[in-house]
Order: sequence, then structure tokens, then C-alpha cells
Amino acid sequence: MSALLSIENLSAVSRRDGKPILRDVSLQVESGTIHGLVGESGAGKSTISKIVLGIVSGGVVVTAGRVMLDGKDLVQIPERDKRILIGSQLALIPQDPLTALNPGRHIGDQLTDSLRMWKGFNRKAAWARALELLDHVAIRDPARVMDQFPHHLSGGMRQRVLIAAAFAIEPKLLIADEPTTALDATVQKQVLQLLKRLQAEHGTSVVFVTHDLGVVAQICDDVTLLFQGKVMEQGTAATIFNAPRHAYTRALLAASPRYDNPAAGLNPIDDAVIAACYAQIQQFDGVQHG
Amino acid sequence: MVDVTITAASHQNWKPIVAAAFSDPKVAVGGGFILLLIILALGADLIAPHDPLAQDLMLGSLPPVGMAGTEPGYWLGTDDLGRDVLSRFIHGTRIALTVAFVAATIAATVGTVVGLLAGYFGGWIDVVVSRLIEIWMAFPAVLLSILIVAILGSGMHSVIIAIAIIDWTRFARVVRAETMAQRQADYVTASTVLGFSRLGILAGEILPNVLWVVLGLFTLELGLAVVIEAILSFVGLSVSSDTPTWGGMIAQGRGIIYQAWWVFALPLAGLLATVLAFNQLGAGLRRSLDPVMQR
Amino acid sequence: MIGLITKRAGMAAVTLFGVAVVVFGLLRVAPGDPIAMMIGPGATADDILRLRASYGLDQPLINQFWIWLGSLLQGDFGTSISRRIDVGQLLLERLPATIELALMALLVSMVLGGFIAIIGTLWRRHWASGAIDGVNGVLLAIPEFVWALALVLALGVAFPVLPLSGRINPSLTTDFRTGFSLLESLLIFRFDLAADLARHMTMPVLALALPLAGIIARVLREALSEAMMQDYVTLARVKGMSELRLILFEAMRNAIGPTLALTGVQFTFLIGGTVIVEKIFSYPGLGNMAIDAVVNRDFPLIQGLVLMFGVIFILINLLVDFAVVAFNPRLRHG
Repeated sequence: MSALLSIENLSAVSRRDGKPILRDVSLQVESGTIHGLVGESGAGKSTISKIVLGIVSGGVVVTAGRVMLDGKDLVQIPERDKRILIGSQLALIPQDPLTALNPGRHIGDQLTDSLRMWKGFNRKAAWARALELLDHVAIRDPARVMDQFPHHLSGGMRQRVLIAAAFAIEPKLLIADEPTTALDATVQKQVLQLLKRLQAEHGTSVVFVTHDLGVVAQICDDVTLLFQGKVMEQGTAATIFNAPRHAYTRALLAASPRYDNPAAGLNPIDDAVIAACYAQIQQFDGVQHG
Repeated sequence: MVDVTITAASHQNWKPIVAAAFSDPKVAVGGGFILLLIILALGADLIAPHDPLAQDLMLGSLPPVGMAGTEPGYWLGTDDLGRDVLSRFIHGTRIALTVAFVAATIAATVGTVVGLLAGYFGGWIDVVVSRLIEIWMAFPAVLLSILIVAILGSGMHSVIIAIAIIDWTRFARVVRAETMAQRQADYVTASTVLGFSRLGILAGEILPNVLWVVLGLFTLELGLAVVIEAILSFVGLSVSSDTPTWGGMIAQGRGIIYQAWWVFALPLAGLLATVLAFNQLGAGLRRSLDPVMQR
Repeated sequence: MIGLITKRAGMAAVTLFGVAVVVFGLLRVAPGDPIAMMIGPGATADDILRLRASYGLDQPLINQFWIWLGSLLQGDFGTSISRRIDVGQLLLERLPATIELALMALLVSMVLGGFIAIIGTLWRRHWASGAIDGVNGVLLAIPEFVWALALVLALGVAFPVLPLSGRINPSLTTDFRTGFSLLESLLIFRFDLAADLARHMTMPVLALALPLAGIIARVLREALSEAMMQDYVTLARVKGMSELRLILFEAMRNAIGPTLALTGVQFTFLIGGTVIVEKIFSYPGLGNMAIDAVVNRDFPLIQGLVLMFGVIFILINLLVDFAVVAFNPRLRHG
């Protein structure tokens, strides 16, 4: 198997009311590729990434399935092993750069945490490496930034810092959770290019969580499309965009702004398509419980 | 307390809220204990097995039931003068509760009025009140209360005045802040537009909402007042030494603690339980009235 | 920032002036002629008049106030009636004992409160956190007077492991150069003395520290729980930090500021509590002396003590204000 991360038949429910959140989700992330996890809010894409990262809230209960990373099941292994495994092999680029940096710690300290914890760097070496990393994500005057607090930096700069921190330990798998949603359009594009460049340089595998098909088209190799916690369509980006099979995919594509043909305009998703999706979900739930 | 509840609740259907408050376990336990104390205080003459002042040196320093050398009828023992500890304790609840309720009511009334005025009218009134509160906070409360009683002379009136003087700021501070917040609220603006007078708004709209907060503070203040009265009696400045008080018993018991620790232990236990009971009652009331306070 | 400091210092000065006015007022309404008390029996009416004039007591009230304030500012607090010693000297003699007691209690309350908050946060999804909250509720509900008495009964009588009164065993007394006996005995490596001082301090320190520990624990616990839900903690968790490390190094940094500010204000209440606690344990500090002074109607001493407490409280509040500005990275650079 060349898949680095393999999610197999993952199901989860809400602890409060028992309602399904994930419905038998399976997906593979191949080494060195970017896998887009796409869906509207509530589709379960964030829940999947949180389960992989071990930060899922107490309100979600995993009822079935495996999350295999390098042959180990992240759902089953003991808490401590999981923490070490995730800390040393995985990294997260969070959605909101404004809240994801600790307001009370220097940028330099936050950037060197992982290096010192998992790569055996001493303080000085980690500091030097962090300077390189900041330089690499095109931050000017990195030495000064290292000594600053997050509130000194703009949103775009903070996201660059977070990207630098994510790549610091050369993670096997990087999870980018809507990393550009909170940024304005021009900065978005730069950050995407930066991410793509670093991914290619390091050969990192990436799970890219987004609701934006336009972003997927720009950087993803494979795509999993979710609706209400259920996989609607899965495949390479090329097939999804050129020959979508599911009506929902087609409707989403039609509803997305087309970068290649802006004149085409936007088409709202037909209610009938959504109704059909819900029918599919209901049928699935019926089979599960019947 | 009853009219406080009704005034404040007249704006909404208060029956379920009061019912919820009484079914809260904290309210039941805390309130139950306070009720017991009130019964002891009111019926002290009937309930107490002995005259709290009757001395009998032949029966001095008797231990409580369960220890060696007890005398029937003296369940919790006697002090070194042969006075029944239980009876003295029961009579002591009178002073404790009278002082607590009167002093807390005065402190709450004064503090609430001052806080309302400062919070609602702002300007120079608020400046003066804020300064006053600040100055008050610069005095150690216990020392100030002792000093006031020393100046006014011992006696229950002095104790009540001293507690009211040192603790009105507790209410004023909170009510001032709460009034400022309420003043911004929509319904006050609406009333202003409708042409109600400012005092009318203060009394009719803001006061009922602030009263819930005052009620919680008042409950805590009752517990604190019981303690301050005990401190003043302990120091020997409260009521005359003839009248049994918890603080007086504690001070007396402290002197004979190795011969008769029970003289010390019973009023101490009473003090501890009373403070906790008022605290639980306050916490329970706050919890069950929460939906009202969050309007 | 300079502006802020000046403003706060100005307000503190106004408060201090207000305290002086209140003290002056209280002592003027107090019954009894201070001069008659000062001068003792056998003085003639002429003597009394002369002394009155020398204290400015024959002048209008407002002039009396300025004369009184003037002598205070020159450090002249008068002479203690009951002890016949200069009040300023008496205060300086007793101050170190109270400072040691109060600071020790502050230290204990911070350590204990911090510990409870950290354990509570660590176990926040565990049933035990409910029990911790319960214990904490009791800690903060019971005032220092009641704690002190309960400790007397528990550790002084039922299990007599600690001395009930005093600051040091009289047979051990050596000549301390300063009033800071505990600190001094540690500095001169007399650990036997330090141990005895510590044993005497334990109960008063606990009585003062327990309620404050409860307050610190509650506030810090709330701030920590709030911080633990922030995105930066989630990110740090992905970095592989242990729960304890997350609490201590990520959440604590942002939770401790508000907690310390509150602790500073509460510390003044703790110092106020030394008055009755020192009395209960016959600890030779300012508070103990204050109660005796009131009971003996030693008005020059009372006035000195009340003013000293006032100055200490106002200074602490001022320090807290400055510390809040100094330790908050946003305010500091903002």
C-alpha cells in the first residue's frame, strides 16, 4: 500500500442526540499528494481532520472504523502513544491565523516548540532553523519577527508563520483546515502558492479541507466530496472536474465561480439535487439501522 | 424578603421561578438550616433546657453526652461556671440572627440606593460615590468595625451600625455596575422614549432587575454579618457580657480550651454551619434565578 | 503609559487624603478628651489649656485638621497613650512581623490556589473535578476568623501538633537585628529558629491563606478552562504537548494576568484579616496591637495604625495597576 493515511469505514455520532456525523467514510491519502476534503459546513470534513489529529471534541463519538497512519490505528492506540505519534509526524495549518497563535508567547518560541520536542534541537539550533523557515515563507526581517508577539503581525504574516511552524518538523502528513478562508483574496492566492511550493519541495502529503472547489482545482491531486458526513464522490481532481458522476458534484461545480470562464455566471444549487442527496442519506441510515 | 421577591417578580410569571428555587437542593439544605436557627432564636425560652445564665459551680465543666462524667440534662456539657452550653448556644442565635438581618438590611438598602443613584445618574454623583468606595476599601474592615463600636460604645445597636457602615460598599459597588449595564438595555431606552420620568424608570424598570443581584449579595452578607458580630463579641465589644453570644462563648471557651473544649467547639460549629448555609442558600438562589438574571 | 501612571497615582493621593479625613473625623467624634487622657491625673486646668494650644486644639476644626495633617506628613504620629512610646517607632517595630505573616500567607494561597486550579483543569472531564470544586467552595466560603478558630481546635487542641500562640518559643529568643525574624534566621543559617518560627506561623498563615486560595483557585480555574478552549491550545496539542504542559505553558500565560490582578486586590483583604487572626494567635504584629489599642482607647496609636493600613492598601492597589500594564504584552507595546 502506498497510502500514507488510510481512513476505513469511519462512522461517528453526536454524543448529545446520537445523530450521525460521519457515515462510513473511507479515503486514502497517497504519499506526496494533496487530497482535497470538500463539502459545505456540516459535511463532516472538519470532524474527519479533527479525528485524525486527535483533537475531536467530547461531543463526537467514533462508533466504527479505523484511521491508519503508517500501519497504526489512531483510533485505537493509547493516548500517550497517539500524542507522540501525532506530534512528531503530523502537523496542522489552522483556519484562523488570528486565534491560532498564543497571544502571550513570542513567535520564536511557538515556532521552535516542535523542533525542540521531536527533533532533538537545542534552543540555539532550533532558533537558527526557525529563522531559515521564516525566511523560506518569505517573511522579511525574520530575526525581528521571532522576538515579536502575534498581535504585531498581520493576518497574512501570521498564516505564513503558522505554515512555517507546520513544515518545521518535516511532517509526513499535513492537515490544512481551510487555511485561506479567513484571509482576503490577494493574500489567499499567495498563501496557496506558498503551500503548494513547500509541499512539492518537502514531498509532504496534505489533507486540504475546504468548501471552495476553485481552490481544490488549483492545488489538489485527489478529491473526496462529502455531504452530511457521507462520501458523495471520490476520485482524482481531473475526473471530478471533467467527468463528475454524482448530481451533487455537478450542481456544486455549476454553483462555483469558474476561473476559466467567468462569463458563465453562478447557478444556485437546485433544491431537487439536495433533496435527492438527503434521500440517499436516509436510505443509508435505514440500511444501517434496519 | 417576601416583598422583595414579589416586587422584583411582578414583571413576569414568578410562581415557577419561586417553585424552582425551593426545589433546588442547595436552597433546601441551606435554607432549612437557617430556618432551624430562626426557630431556635424565636423559641429560645421554650427550647433551651436551662436558664442560659444560671450558674452552678457544683456542675462546672461537665463534658457533653457520650464522655465520662456527664450529668443528665446537660447534653452538650457546661462551662466552668456550670452554665448549660446548649442553652447558651440557643440563646446566642438570637443576637447572631437579629444583628445579621438588621445590619444586612440596612447595608443592602443604603448600598443599593447609593449604587443606583451613582450608576444611573453618573456625573459628579458617580465620582463622589466611586471615591467614597475607594476610601472605604482602604480600611481593614474588621479594625474599622471594632473602632466604630469602640467609639459608639458597646451594645447591639453599635454592632449593627458598625456592620452597616463597613459593608454598604459591597452592595453599592455591584449595584452601581449592574445599573450602568441595565441603563444601556433596550427596555430602559424604550421607557425613556415613552416619556417616563427618570426616577420612575429607576424605581420601576431598573430596581426590580437589580434586586435579584442584591438578593444574592444579601444572603452572603447575612453570613458575613454573623461572623463580624462573633468577632466583636470575641473581642469583648459586642453586647453586654451577661447576654450569651457565640463570639462571647468562643472567647470564654478559648480561655478554658484544655479543660472544656466543648464551650469553644459548639459555637464554632454553629458559626461554621451558618456561614456555609447562607453561602449555599445564596449559591442555590443565584442558580435557580439565573434565567431571570440573564434576561 | 506615563499618563496612565500619573493618573492612577493622582487618584491614589486623593484616596489617601480621603482616608486621612475619615480618620480625623472618627477620632474627633470619639468620646473623651484626648488631652485629658494624654496628660494624666494631677495636671491643672492651666496645663491642659496650654497643651491644647500646643496641639492647636483651641483652633477651628478645619485649622486643627491642617495642623494634624502637617504633623503626620512630618512623620509625627504622636505618643502612644497606653505604651508611652512614639507611635511611629511602635509601628516600625511591629510592621515586619505582619509583613512576614501576610507575605507568607500570600505565597501559600497562591501555591495552594494554583495547585487546585491546575488539578481541576487537568481533571475537568473527570468526576473528581466536582469534588475539587466542592472543597474549593468551602475554602472560599469560610472567613479567616472561622478558619483560625477551627485550626485552633484541630491542630492546637484535638491534635496538639502546633503552638497556639506567639511568634517564637521564648526560650529560643536570640537578638534579632531586624523584625524580619524568619528571613533573618534563614540568612544566618539558624534553621532551628526558622523551624520554630515557621511552626508558630503555620496556623495564622493557613487561616489567612485558605479563603484567598479558594478565590485564586476559582478565578484561575475559570480562566484556564477558557484558555484551554482557544485555537492556539488546539494547535499546541497537535504539536504533541502533554495536557499538563498545555495548561502550564500555553493556557497559564494568558490566564495568570487577570488572576494576579485580582489576587493583588484580594491581598489587601488578607492584610485586613491579619487584625483578628493575629489577635487569636497572640502574634506580635500590627493587627494584634490594633485591637489592643482600640480596647485601651489609645487614639494616637489607633490613628497611626489605621493610616498605616490605609497607605499599605493604597500602595498595593497602585502596584497592581502598574503590574497589569507592565505584564500585558498588548498594553505594554500598545
